[in-house]
Amino acid sequence: MALSRVMGIIAAGLAIAGAVAAFAIVWRPAIATIEPSSPQSFDAALVRHGRDLAAIGNCSDCHTLRGGKDFAGGVAVPTPFGTIYSSNITPDTETGIGSWPEAAFRRAMRSGVDREGRHLYPTFPYDHFTNVSDEDDRALYAYLMTRPPVHAIARKNQLSFPLDQRFVVAGWKLLFLRHGTYQPDTAQSAEWNRGAYLVEGLAHCGACHTPRNALGAERATAQFAGAEVDKWHAYAINGQSPAPVPWNADALFTYLRQGWQADHGVARGPMAEVVANLSTVPDSDIHAIATYMASVFGVPTPDHRLRADEVLAQANSGTTRLPSQASNPDATGAAIYAAACAGCHETDRALPYGGINLALSTALSSPDARNAANIILSGVRPSEEERGPIMPGFAAGMSDDQVAALLIYLRARFSKQPPWAGIATTIADARRSQTVSLQTSAASPNAAADATKREKP
Amino acid sequence: MMKLKVNGHDHNIDADLDTPLLYVLRDDLKLNAAKFGCGLGQCGSCTVIVDGNAVLSCVTPLLLLEGKQVTTLEGLGTIEAPAPIQRAFMDEQSAQCGYCIAGMMMRAQALLQKNPRPTDAQIRSEMELNLCRCGTHMRILRAVHRAARLMQTADASPVQGSAQ
Repeated sequence: MALSRVMGIIAAGLAIAGAVAAFAIVWRPAIATIEPSSPQSFDAALVRHGRDLAAIGNCSDCHTLRGGKDFAGGVAVPTPFGTIYSSNITPDTETGIGSWPEAAFRRAMRSGVDREGRHLYPTFPYDHFTNVSDEDDRALYAYLMTRPPVHAIARKNQLSFPLDQRFVVAGWKLLFLRHGTYQPDTAQSAEWNRGAYLVEGLAHCGACHTPRNALGAERATAQFAGAEVDKWHAYAINGQSPAPVPWNADALFTYLRQGWQADHGVARGPMAEVVANLSTVPDSDIHAIATYMASVFGVPTPDHRLRADEVLAQANSGTTRLPSQASNPDATGAAIYAAACAGCHETDRALPYGGINLALSTALSSPDARNAANIILSGVRPSEEERGPIMPGFAAGMSDDQVAALLIYLRARFSKQPPWAGIATTIADARRSQTVSLQTSAASPNAAADATKREKP
Repeated sequence: MMKLKVNGHDHNIDADLDTPLLYVLRDDLKLNAAKFGCGLGQCGSCTVIVDGNAVLSCVTPLLLLEGKQVTTLEGLGTIEAPAPIQRAFMDEQSAQCGYCIAGMMMRAQALLQKNPRPTDAQIRSEMELNLCRCGTHMRILRAVHRAARLMQTADASPVQGSAQ
């Protein structure tokens, strides 16, 4: 009797403690609204700095609809769990973040909680943004609060129960949100540390390039190992990179600065948006990102280096045909390549005036045929206000069988990898999505190829 | 030697299979509506229809066309009996120098075959690939809307442009 009463008291105590703990995990207080400050009250230099940071954070990619008003949200972000719509981050007081004090903005960045205390879904990558410093959050806040306010009501997310309940996100955070994961490494240079701070924080490179687990969190053990994003394959950008020529800091700088690099090719798909945004960011930050990422890619093995040198020598000799890897290459694919592709891809004209020698193509050496299929179907559209490579798309001109024959041939001839599996499915998928996902996006609010524009926030 | 079906007729083409369709149309078949613009598939002046899709004929080698149906502007209508798309472009006086117009009409035709009532945004998005350096875009846009209406009503009014 006494024992059971004691047990009962203990059980009740545990239940109460559990409820208190759950409450503490889930509940976040609202932060009081403010009257928005006038745009002129913000320091101009801080606003300019904020713009550079917003460009590094690629904010517009998710928060600006194609052809829509800057940062007004409403972009559908498809996830395995349902569709989540980005929010309006203009300073509109009713539908945007105009009445948010800086502390509320900082809390959203740091902990993924909105001003009213609701948990935000981790499609907003606060698992990275938690690493952003207070000073940088202040600059971002100054930049966003001085944009034109847009009245645009957020669309309702399409999530099924229980994921439509925001308290569930609190549990996710308990498992996967780690504050202060970025720690400076004193053994490394200041530039490396700046790069690490940007890459792991605001630039959130891992959000696309790191594969996710069943609960949608980045797998810590597979950082930068490559993943599927928006119908594209985001390549591995660590030691497992499929690039035939290993990346180094110089090549990365050039690629991130101008959107293409002679030994690697062109940024396409979601990455095209990233480099368009980076086009206004100071050289020093791009150098820092390149320096850090070069160390993530690591030093190539002597074997890899040797193969890369061979491929480069052959590619740079222009007209020299590379030896075929396949003993009996697909004749249809070979004929299509010779007639439709070689005219640009096998000349002595270097990028951007000719096509990249396909022996240098990461897409063809990638474990997934998706990017190669996308590019054959849709080509490479010229980027606004910038010089860069172009390629016509062949979606209307080639049947699925012809694309398949071409892919099989290209893989056999230009990569040292085994044939792709399931090419027919890949092509069908790529064709379904190509009209939707590959159209050029709205000009980025950050993109300004003219360097003089940088001084005007 | 290859059999090529253009505007409903079979042609025996004596050309290498890597020859671009545009060259065969203009040089061998004397169908000169499709124009050579950039030769890189970037301007759209060479646009023709292949199996219902708008295709850039300057970057489409013959070997991709085995068993497919090619339609050029000549296959849509004649001066005496213009097709709705041609009548609409004339009615709206959409051509200035005219170099892009055949390609514009072919892409618009392909669009209207798939989507008989496109919105303004759909027309703009579809026609984005075809360039006009004279700047007649607003008239082209109106012409595509007019063509959509003509195709649905079998309009028989006289061609205003040619009646001046």
